[in-house]
Amino acid sequence: MAVKTSQTNEIESERDIFRSSKSLGAEAWARLIKNKAAVAGLIIIILFAFMAVFASVIVPENPLQINDGKRFLPPPFFKGSTNIQSDPRFLLGTDSLGRDVLSRVIYGSRVSMVVGFFPTFIILLMGTTIGMIAGYAGGRVDNILMRLTDVIYAFPDLLFFIIVMVALRDSFIGQLANGLILLFAALAIVNWVGVARLIRGQVLSLKQKEFVEAAHCIGATDFRIMFRHILPNSLSPLIVNMAFSIPGLIIFEAILGYLGVGLRPSSNPADIFITSWGSLMLDGQSAINAQPFLLLSPAICVALIVLAFTFLGDGLRDALDPRMRGTQ
Amino acid sequence: MATYFIRRMFWLFPVLLTVSLVTFIIMRSAPGGPWDTDSDRRQVDASTRKSLDAYYGLDKPLWRQFTAYVFGDINSVTKKFSCGMICGNLGPSYRQRGRTVQSILFSAPPLQSFWQSRFGYSLRLGLIALSFAIVLGIPIGVVAALKQNTLWDYIGLFIATSGISVPSFVLAIFLIIIFGSWLHWIDIIVDNWNEVKYWLMPATVLGFGTMAYTARLTRSSMLEVMRQDYVRTARSKGLAERIVIIKHMLKNALIPVVTILGPALAGLVTGSFIIETMFSFPGMGRAYVQAIGQRDYSMIMGTTMVYALLVAVANLSVDLVYVFIDPRIRFEE
Repeated sequence: MAVKTSQTNEIESERDIFRSSKSLGAEAWARLIKNKAAVAGLIIIILFAFMAVFASVIVPENPLQINDGKRFLPPPFFKGSTNIQSDPRFLLGTDSLGRDVLSRVIYGSRVSMVVGFFPTFIILLMGTTIGMIAGYAGGRVDNILMRLTDVIYAFPDLLFFIIVMVALRDSFIGQLANGLILLFAALAIVNWVGVARLIRGQVLSLKQKEFVEAAHCIGATDFRIMFRHILPNSLSPLIVNMAFSIPGLIIFEAILGYLGVGLRPSSNPADIFITSWGSLMLDGQSAINAQPFLLLSPAICVALIVLAFTFLGDGLRDALDPRMRGTQ
Repeated sequence: MATYFIRRMFWLFPVLLTVSLVTFIIMRSAPGGPWDTDSDRRQVDASTRKSLDAYYGLDKPLWRQFTAYVFGDINSVTKKFSCGMICGNLGPSYRQRGRTVQSILFSAPPLQSFWQSRFGYSLRLGLIALSFAIVLGIPIGVVAALKQNTLWDYIGLFIATSGISVPSFVLAIFLIIIFGSWLHWIDIIVDNWNEVKYWLMPATVLGFGTMAYTARLTRSSMLEVMRQDYVRTARSKGLAERIVIIKHMLKNALIPVVTILGPALAGLVTGSFIIETMFSFPGMGRAYVQAIGQRDYSMIMGTTMVYALLVAVANLSVDLVYVFIDPRIRFEE
């Protein structure tokens, strides 16, 4: 009991020190919103997230509506090489089955958003746990886990995704949510390695610090030291790492979709995920002269969202760790 | 030191073995075999399939198939020992009957040099892209660092940031539509890859990301070197600025740049399959993508092994190159 009170007192006094000035998070936030590129990136990400969540409300046309005789219509503002009359209803033209491109691009943002965030969540969970255990336990456990990460690190990741998607596409897991679950799993299995290495490095250096020693002395359990003392102190590199890994995942999804092994485009109106930017591009490459916007609009979206995340990541790194400013 | 590298070299084997094991397990867990997914060809009847399975060793237990693939096994039909992956034998292609995977990847058409093979094409494209990245990336990085916080620096940084973040296949889409479809400066469909001008576009697109990375790396390492004491010493003894920049700054600043060249080339050769597919380039990457489309499992697996070996050797080369060009670094344990 005595131990417990002294511990809470310690935490409270710790809080008092921070409260006297600004908290670390608030200070980082103040630095972040001064960075114009990072704020622009944040706004773009919020816009895309909004688009993804409310896709069913904001689409101008039904993205699954097939219009006979209106294949590959160019947008109204664009004069293609062919003299096909465009339809003002379709702001970005139509695709190979006469479906509205703008609505499909809006729906595509759902897949990119969910592919950016959901596997990242799994990656964080796996990477943090394994990195923590390896760094904290040390010795043989550390050795085995790190050799495992070495092997996964040596695997060419894009090839792994392709193989997994090709081989398991028609299996039971591959059918779940149009193949999205399999995609998440493949992305997560390869990418936790970076997080695990990062956390392990952090744990190894933080383990020697006085506050961990102090926590040991007052009888804190290993679990508590790991998750209440060490983890909060390694949060900032973790957040920066996340901001840079999300665009990577979005690119991988687009590449897989473009190769025809990503999400299966669906024609079921009940589905949440109808199509992805990658599969739109695959559809669009057969008509680059008549209807280039089927290819261009998803490409622009991918470029925009990836740039936005990169700017935000740069800003976060500068804000969370001012010493690292401009080193990369 | 030598022992360090020998140990690192030996570490390649378990890595490659694991890569092949993982690939093997995933490929074999795919539904359907190599003979029954052929819908556009004559269907294989049961007895033919049985003899084909026996010929290719597919009737054996899985672990034996794996050891046969990696180390080799005695063929039950011809009764001869055929060596596996460790001898460079990647097995027969399931779709292009009568050809082995290694002959598809590495053999050129008759009377032509190695550079005309699938791998040769990809290697050439990678080398051109790499030289483009170096020739443009290093000067951009140097200028940006020398003129830090000026307009030049910002332009350089903008190119670097956008080049790193915009994926190459998106860039390829933009360039193909602008220069091919709207301006008609380049041909989208190329029939003869012997002409140099057709290589320009795929090489530029492929090398752009590496160029941006090189520029960023050069800039940051130049900025670090510029603040060193030996640069101040060189200036204070009255050397011409040009000599200080080239001999004292650049020579030291390029050390990290040189070390990434190996992985960069491996990344360009292995990462080019989307670019190759987009430009209908006759390289290894396009063969890989075609194999994916045809579910040619042995071809997919063989190409993955070639890629994995390239990446592993490239990663090893980083440490080797470091020791050769930077005498300050020693690996001792």
